Amino acid sequence: MSKYQLDYLDQLESESIHIFREIAGQFERPALLFSGGKDSIVMVHLALKAFRPGKFPFPLVHIDTGHNFQEALDFRDELANSIGEKLIVRNVEDTIREKNLTEPKGKFASRNALQTFTLLDTIEEFKFDACIGGARRDEEKARAKERIFSVRDEFGQWDPKLQRPELWNTYNGRIHKGENVRVFPISNWTELDIWNYIKRNNIALPSIYFAHDREVLEYQGQYIATSKFIQIEPEDKIAIKKVRYRTVGDMTCTAAVESSASDLDGIINEIIATKTSERGETRIDDRVSEAAMEDRKKSGYF
Amino acid sequence: MDILRFITAGSVDDGKSTLIGRLLYDSKSIMIDHLEAIEKQSKNKDEGEIDLALLTDGLRAEREQGITIDVAYKYFSTPKRKFIIADAPGHIQYTRNMVTGASNSDLAIILVDARNGVVEQTRRHSIITSLLNIPHVVVAINKMDLVDYSQDVFNNIVLDYSAVAKTLGLKDITYIPMSALNGDNIVEKSEKFPWYEGESLLHFLENVELTNDINYTDARFPVQYVIRPQTEDLHDYRGYAGKVISGVYKVGDKITVQPAGLQSTINKIEVGGKEVQEAFAPQSVILHLADDIDISRGDVIVQNNNQPSVENELEVFLCWMGSKPLKAGNKYLLQINSRLVKAVVREIEYKLDVNSLQQEAAPETVQLNDIIKATIKTATPIPFDSYKKLRVNGGAILIDETSNVTVGACMIQ
Repeated sequence: MSKYQLDYLDQLESESIHIFREIAGQFERPALLFSGGKDSIVMVHLALKAFRPGKFPFPLVHIDTGHNFQEALDFRDELANSIGEKLIVRNVEDTIREKNLTEPKGKFASRNALQTFTLLDTIEEFKFDACIGGARRDEEKARAKERIFSVRDEFGQWDPKLQRPELWNTYNGRIHKGENVRVFPISNWTELDIWNYIKRNNIALPSIYFAHDREVLEYQGQYIATSKFIQIEPEDKIAIKKVRYRTVGDMTCTAAVESSASDLDGIINEIIATKTSERGETRIDDRVSEAAMEDRKKSGYF
Repeated sequence: MDILRFITAGSVDDGKSTLIGRLLYDSKSIMIDHLEAIEKQSKNKDEGEIDLALLTDGLRAEREQGITIDVAYKYFSTPKRKFIIADAPGHIQYTRNMVTGASNSDLAIILVDARNGVVEQTRRHSIITSLLNIPHVVVAINKMDLVDYSQDVFNNIVLDYSAVAKTLGLKDITYIPMSALNGDNIVEKSEKFPWYEGESLLHFLENVELTNDINYTDARFPVQYVIRPQTEDLHDYRGYAGKVISGVYKVGDKITVQPAGLQSTINKIEVGGKEVQEAFAPQSVILHLADDIDISRGDVIVQNNNQPSVENELEVFLCWMGSKPLKAGNKYLLQINSRLVKAVVREIEYKLDVNSLQQEAAPETVQLNDIIKATIKTATPIPFDSYKKLRVNGGAILIDETSNVTVGACMIQ
């Protein structure tokens, strides 16, 4: 029966497509959260496989903190444009102004927490009942606990103790008005799976994923790109380094890694050899406390 | 390379978390930052050495209480396979979480403490393994270092467990003596067991045959979503999107759409935008039919010569997962694959004692974590197969219509 064998990437792809179609079948107003990062780009490709030649049954939505890498934003717009799908962008900047929110202070002041306000407002504005996200369970220990269909209450909160059992491949997306479900079609993928899939399918990515020269500030062993969004003190060590990004988040809290990998093979070799996790190496926002991610998720972060 | 999904069953005391930690650690799947984090926590707790169990408890409450509350999924891979571990809590009050983890697993590792042998807990885990029809079982006889790596101890446990397995009808059982703490027989075969002729755990997990678990005979295709672009150039395009959950479909196959019983022929199959001549489980595909017939989400496309049952009376084993008790006569929604129907639990036949496997008198009310035999009536007939025969089309969930919570797991008999 060997001719009917699917290799692991095909199995993961099939499972994710199945999840995408369950969303389409179960919800009235879903949205695909799309940042222009590698995971959300893979999600768009999976949605193409799930729904073409039809249109996506949901728009792409980006909650823009205003601190993003320009390369990722440009890529975001180009991709949405080239596939002819609707892109909705909502800006954290606007929420801060309208709601009179307080900007975080400090050296690497991140708008990560404020993003939740804009996201919840956007969900309300469009009455989204499902938000599809590119989170993976291998990223972080709180995420390892999360269901594929993960219910949020009317305040956007996650209660890890009240998760619905998730049996077989049967997903229960029923909710009350005002609640929403966060759906994670690539839950079972690892960082390496994502890169192997990108390579196999020849998926284009923003240039910052590949090694390039960039001016960075060295901070506790991590390299943060210099930008107007971070405070630079005279004693800070600034240098031009050859770097690439493993994740694409805000410029304020995403660190680059030193690398000479200029193509996908190079990146895959580096990922295989690395001894540090994706978030551990690149996200300074996860280091706030041992339960930083769990706490953010409980309050509505996706 | 393919994927093996497995569940580990056993209480913390049996060394389950240590075993998982060991597998991840020795296969170099733990990242340094994660290790440093748990090292720091271990020190906070004055435990002296790294507590690998901390790797698996992802929630604040779990770490505070030192127990596993909910299923966590862990990933590692070797050049041969990708592994997905459903790390489920073992205590009786978390039966529903073990059922959740077991529902997707190809294999169960049941941990036995060599000092204690087969205990109630072992039986309970085996009963769930059997009820959920997990194809492969590894009995991991752990803590062999504490019984001097004794062959007699091992043989006696194998003998005891074989009796349990026989009662439950478990097949394909592999016994491996080990010490998760010391890493004996986990990744590498250990010299401590000169009398043991089998493989190390990882070697076994890498090589256990999985293709036999997929049913290529009984073709089932639940429709998830109908793709109709309705554009000028694709005016007549109507594709049925879904996953082949079992079997093989070919262009030209004569098919029936259940439960309505309408018939047609497959005239096109697409996978990821490409036309193919055949599709097989577990591919997500789009089917096109020769005739325009009424098909919607929840319908199941099958081959004419191989039909599922289509009935509205179901005999089920039911694991109750709701905090509100179940009473005979209660109404719920029943979901099987993409089909959702109203259902009533008509009769509770008996309760299964999950420790002894004895049938107990039907209780007045069914409580969280109880497993019962029941009959369910659905509002309209549904296409299904017996869970024992075809897992992918014999498992259904019950949903409380008022709270929307998943309250029951049904294995249709």
